[in-house]
Amino acid sequence: MAQIFHRSANTLSRVTIFGAVFIAGFVLWAIGGIVRAPYFTNQGIQRQQPVPFSHQHHVGGLGIDCRYCHTSVEKSNFAGLPPTSTCMNCHSQIWTNAQMLEPVRASFATGKPIVWSRVHRLPDFVHFNHSIHVAKGIGCASCHGRVDKMNLMYQASPLTMEWCLSCHRAPEKFIRPKEEVFNMDYVAANQAELGPRLVKQYNVQKLTSCSTCHY
Amino acid sequence: MAEKETTPVHEVRPTTQELRVPARFIPSPTIEPGHSFATITDHISTIVLRRKTPIGWLIGFLISLMGVGILTLSLTVLVGKGVGIWGINHPVGWGFDIINFVWWIGIGHAGTLISAILLLLRQEWRTSINRFAEAMTLFAVASAGIYPALHTGRPWFDYWLFPYPNTMGLWPQFRSPLMWDVFAVSTYATVSALFWYVGLVPDLATLRDRATNLWVKRIYGMFALGWRGSAKHWYRYEHAYLLLAGLSTPLVLSVHTIVSFDFAVAQLPGWHATFFPPYFVAGAVFAGFAMVLTLAIPARKFFRLEDFITMKHLENMGKVLLATGMIVVYAYAMEWFYGIYSGNPFEIFMLKNRATGPYGSMYIALWICNGLAPQLMWFKRFRTSTFWLFVVAMFVNVGMWLERFVIIPASLHRDFLPSSWGMYHGTVWDWGVYVGSIGLFFALLFLFVRLLPMISIFEMRTLLPEAQAHHTEGTEAQ
Repeated sequence: MAQIFHRSANTLSRVTIFGAVFIAGFVLWAIGGIVRAPYFTNQGIQRQQPVPFSHQHHVGGLGIDCRYCHTSVEKSNFAGLPPTSTCMNCHSQIWTNAQMLEPVRASFATGKPIVWSRVHRLPDFVHFNHSIHVAKGIGCASCHGRVDKMNLMYQASPLTMEWCLSCHRAPEKFIRPKEEVFNMDYVAANQAELGPRLVKQYNVQKLTSCSTCHY
Repeated sequence: MAEKETTPVHEVRPTTQELRVPARFIPSPTIEPGHSFATITDHISTIVLRRKTPIGWLIGFLISLMGVGILTLSLTVLVGKGVGIWGINHPVGWGFDIINFVWWIGIGHAGTLISAILLLLRQEWRTSINRFAEAMTLFAVASAGIYPALHTGRPWFDYWLFPYPNTMGLWPQFRSPLMWDVFAVSTYATVSALFWYVGLVPDLATLRDRATNLWVKRIYGMFALGWRGSAKHWYRYEHAYLLLAGLSTPLVLSVHTIVSFDFAVAQLPGWHATFFPPYFVAGAVFAGFAMVLTLAIPARKFFRLEDFITMKHLENMGKVLLATGMIVVYAYAMEWFYGIYSGNPFEIFMLKNRATGPYGSMYIALWICNGLAPQLMWFKRFRTSTFWLFVVAMFVNVGMWLERFVIIPASLHRDFLPSSWGMYHGTVWDWGVYVGSIGLFFALLFLFVRLLPMISIFEMRTLLPEAQAHHTEGTEAQ
């Protein structure tokens, strides 16, 4: 009886069986990587803005405090975006003819706010409150990164739930003294000793119940 | 085929003949006499390899495909509109979806019991029904799987049921029986599929060798994985098969135990009972054997397999039906005992409401189907009549569906406060998915009997006296 398969079928079947295991493993590994990549999380992607506002220049260079513009960060869930009039406090005096600032002057003249493009966007089903985090000793830079070194603003953290929980499960690794919250350069001398002490002192709880954020 | 003799020669031991024991003590044969290796192989493989598809098969398959069409339509509407199109609402959150899931999963249990436990117990009569019953298990699990997958409401997130390192930093709730269910059912499906396929390999090789068309040869050849029937192959096959039987054996008990935990762990009168695991396992085997009978009786007639699926098989299945049915009835009685003995007013109310409430008629019907009908199996006259076996099996099929209805919506519809009482009825879409899943089950079964040998050819050959090591020529001539 003639053979119904060529000799190569032996090799082919072995390669297929072993290959399938590796291909399945590779696909799962790749999916795990892709969902954590900037393509999905927008981490590290600079956004084009109507006015190329530089935090590097205003915060790092001029030393303006975060709260000068983000006024509601200590009182509200939303840190607040400054109205055009905040810009004009200075820019009615300096760089008054700069081409780059034309949209700012136009907004001030017409009363129509500048439409900034949002950098940190959380899903609608999750609630985040700036005021409680600031009040309990979580520094701006812990989540937003070194904003004083960012030319155009970008999202420094992945903002995945896994990332939120990394701090909610172990706040002692990230907590800092309350007076250092707005300090961009703060580096803890001995976090291992300081962290647990501050957690106790500020009465910080490890809030990992679903309804802490999803309500 | 050689002419048949009246006494099944190979089954009768010489001593019994010398003693002249009455005929009723001589075991009926697991294969009718007059067969040889060649006739068995011919008969079973021809069903698959013949060119002409029987018209009856075509009609049956088309009717089943209509069911698949209803299923496709119902599921499309379901995914588009959400589970609100079903009858479930407060206070009855589990309806047809869970009833049918438990019903199908239960049906699958007979296959695993026949193939694994009866193999380990060396029950020869399993040989001619195991392939068929295992296929039934697989297709029942496929039909069962539809319900939990779709009842989540957003089936595109069903992968969340599995523990994997996700970006949410979360694991599923390992303390929940619903989580255990995911593992129980997926393990069950995997092991059953492997067991079935490994058992098929030698027969696939037979089909490869007997097929005449080159492409048919190649397709069966591909699935036969290069089986040549060498001693080494058989040695490995026997080991693999025994190992898989060992793996499947605990599954017979574990799967429905865990399904019963879905209820027993909840603190609801009618669900919260410690006897649920054995009660569910017995019910599953009961339902499964009823379905094997429902399928085997017509298939045996249609494909002229009376020589292989003999009256002995049907009778044994009738006995299993009676035994497991009695366990189930015992559980029904114990529900009353526990309820009354607890003295808990909610438990007692639940029992009264079950029997005399709005779903009381279903409870009565349940007793008739599962309690009364199988009692016929005490009598050999009914056990050896295909008509009566079929009737009893149909009663049990219905009864086991009613049992899950009585457990699920009938326990939920009277909440602890009368202000949260409600009623439950399946909508047209509930029935659509149910009828559709039956269609899917039968469509797969029709494909199976056309494309694969529905009885294990090589295992049937081992039942012949020629296969025994002590066999010498001329033994049959006595």
